[in-house]
Amino acid sequence: MIAALRQQFGLGYAAVMNLPERPMHWAQRRFGPGVAWLFVGPNLIVFGLFSFLPIAINFWYAFTGSTQLLPENRPWVGLGNMQALLACGNYLDPSSCQRDLFWHGVYNTIEFVVLQVSLMVLFSLITALALNKKIIGKGFFRAAFFYPVLLSPVVVALIWKWILQRNGVLNATLSANGLGTVDWLLNASSAFGWTVFVSIWAHMGFYTLILLAGLQAIPSDVYEAAEMDAARPWTRFRRLTLPLLMPNLTVVVVLALIHAVQIFDEVFVLTGGGPGTATTYMVQFIYETGFAQQVREYGMASAASLLLAGVLLVLTLLQLRASKTK
Amino acid sequence: MLRFLLATRGRGHADWTDWACYIYLVLGVLMMFAPVAWLALSSLKSEAGLDQYPPTVLPYEPVHIAVAGQPTELPLFHVTAGSHAGEDLAELRRIGLQAQMIDPKAPETIIRIPVRDRQPVTHLHAAWTNYTDVISRFNFLQYFWNSSFITVVATVITLLFNAMAAFALSKYRFRGRATVFVVILATLMIPPTIVLVPNYLIASTLGLTNSLWGVIWPAVATPTGVFLLRQYMLTLPDELLDAARMDHASEWRLFWRIVLPLSAPALAVLAIFSVMWRWNDFLWPMVVLDRSEKFTLQLALNSFQGELTTSWNLLLAMTVLTLIPVTILFALLQRYITQGIASSGVK
Repeated sequence: MIAALRQQFGLGYAAVMNLPERPMHWAQRRFGPGVAWLFVGPNLIVFGLFSFLPIAINFWYAFTGSTQLLPENRPWVGLGNMQALLACGNYLDPSSCQRDLFWHGVYNTIEFVVLQVSLMVLFSLITALALNKKIIGKGFFRAAFFYPVLLSPVVVALIWKWILQRNGVLNATLSANGLGTVDWLLNASSAFGWTVFVSIWAHMGFYTLILLAGLQAIPSDVYEAAEMDAARPWTRFRRLTLPLLMPNLTVVVVLALIHAVQIFDEVFVLTGGGPGTATTYMVQFIYETGFAQQVREYGMASAASLLLAGVLLVLTLLQLRASKTK
Repeated sequence: MLRFLLATRGRGHADWTDWACYIYLVLGVLMMFAPVAWLALSSLKSEAGLDQYPPTVLPYEPVHIAVAGQPTELPLFHVTAGSHAGEDLAELRRIGLQAQMIDPKAPETIIRIPVRDRQPVTHLHAAWTNYTDVISRFNFLQYFWNSSFITVVATVITLLFNAMAAFALSKYRFRGRATVFVVILATLMIPPTIVLVPNYLIASTLGLTNSLWGVIWPAVATPTGVFLLRQYMLTLPDELLDAARMDHASEWRLFWRIVLPLSAPALAVLAIFSVMWRWNDFLWPMVVLDRSEKFTLQLALNSFQGELTTSWNLLLAMTVLTLIPVTILFALLQRYITQGIASSGVK
């Protein structure tokens, strides 16, 4: 029975897969090596529709106003949106700006990126160094650090929201030890700190793996030579490991920057950008301005997207340079 | 045993760096797993169990017993002080700081006990009803189906499209190849977060809003996928293809019958990534799907956590159900996943 089904399925499958035979032969005779375009075609169509065309349309949205979605209904406002976004009484004080939420987003994102990327790279490096030693259970440890990377941002946020809530296990542990409790996610500075922590918790394993691969690629005879010279561990790290690991470290820093600038998912679920605007980052500003407000300001959202795109362009060029040298 | 553990550097003794290393790693593993374990344990507590403060590690539930002459089951308490100290009494009602309690064995007389002189009697009890409630009371199966459909279909199309492009870029010399390469590379600079508004316009023009295909199509062409597969296909010898061409096989057959099967290891890595990406996707689905019957699991979880702030027991159970597929994938394939990431550097 099953064998018969399998045979039927096999025949049908073969018939379907043989369908392109004749048109393919025709195309080969007609175009020669140009048939390659048939193979790259589907990918290029998708890229065209959902990457390149959108970038072009993004410019149109950024320079037109009103709340209409269809491009032909939108009046030209030139640099109006950009000017509105960038209008500020005092650039060091977001509340003095016309679009204060945008500037809160910019400043929060800068703070977040600096803190998150430096801590993440530091801890990934320490973890990779520890995993690179001759230790028992290496595979297990490596897998354990990587596990949170696979979890969805929503799940990550809910795991920590449950721990950090007012009657959560963290506060219970603190009060059991005679310490005061804090409403972690309702206090501006602690909420910010936890968004940094949670995003490091969730992504650290990925960067650790890249650094570990770099460490393992360093030939061991380099170290043996150093050991003969009785180099101390710290000197060995600074003079040998760090320079040899530099290409990987650069890739990790740039990738971490690219991801940190676009932080949204886990923070949106964990704090919703609050309390107030304490954890509202750039992408959340774009999302809320374009899709979550009563009045959908597509132009504003697109103008902010273009500014973000500029930052990402620079970072991606850095990434390509870094991986080339690697 | 200790000597075995310590003999890590092949020199017969462990120095302090080994100790520090183990302590760091063990603490790190606890840090990574404990929050997930806490979530899983909490998801087995009933609403009453979750309300207990301080929380217990294992799911302990207050005991309720049937008492003769009472219409409902009553919670059982252990009296710790006063003339009834040591007895287990059931609570009829609570008035201020006094509780009216009765002895289950002699339910006629009402005893007054100050509430601070008693403690609830608890027993270990896993509230599996959280899970059955989530599945029966909410559209959970619908969300699960939506997520699975998107993940499976998008992954199949991703593999096919990206493999086709990689095949052309690795096995043909055609005019415009360099341009195509640069164009695909350039898409690295256009992450979905910066084209939300125009993508929404295009999706709605194509009638893809509130459709699962609206989540699938924009994601099926990935630069990382093309590069990963191209690097692998470059290592396949061209002689294989030339031999097949002698037999008048079409180029499609070469791709389908020779290149694709030989690229299985690289395809597997991309498949794992794609499953991970699509299952965990959040921002774009949130923009393109706004009718709740089209929600993916991630969107459903997000909207529940906004609505059901009081029903943490159901929310926790649903979170666990959402992370189970990824955890199984991880348990089975973690070696391939970690190797794939270490060698390609993509996420």
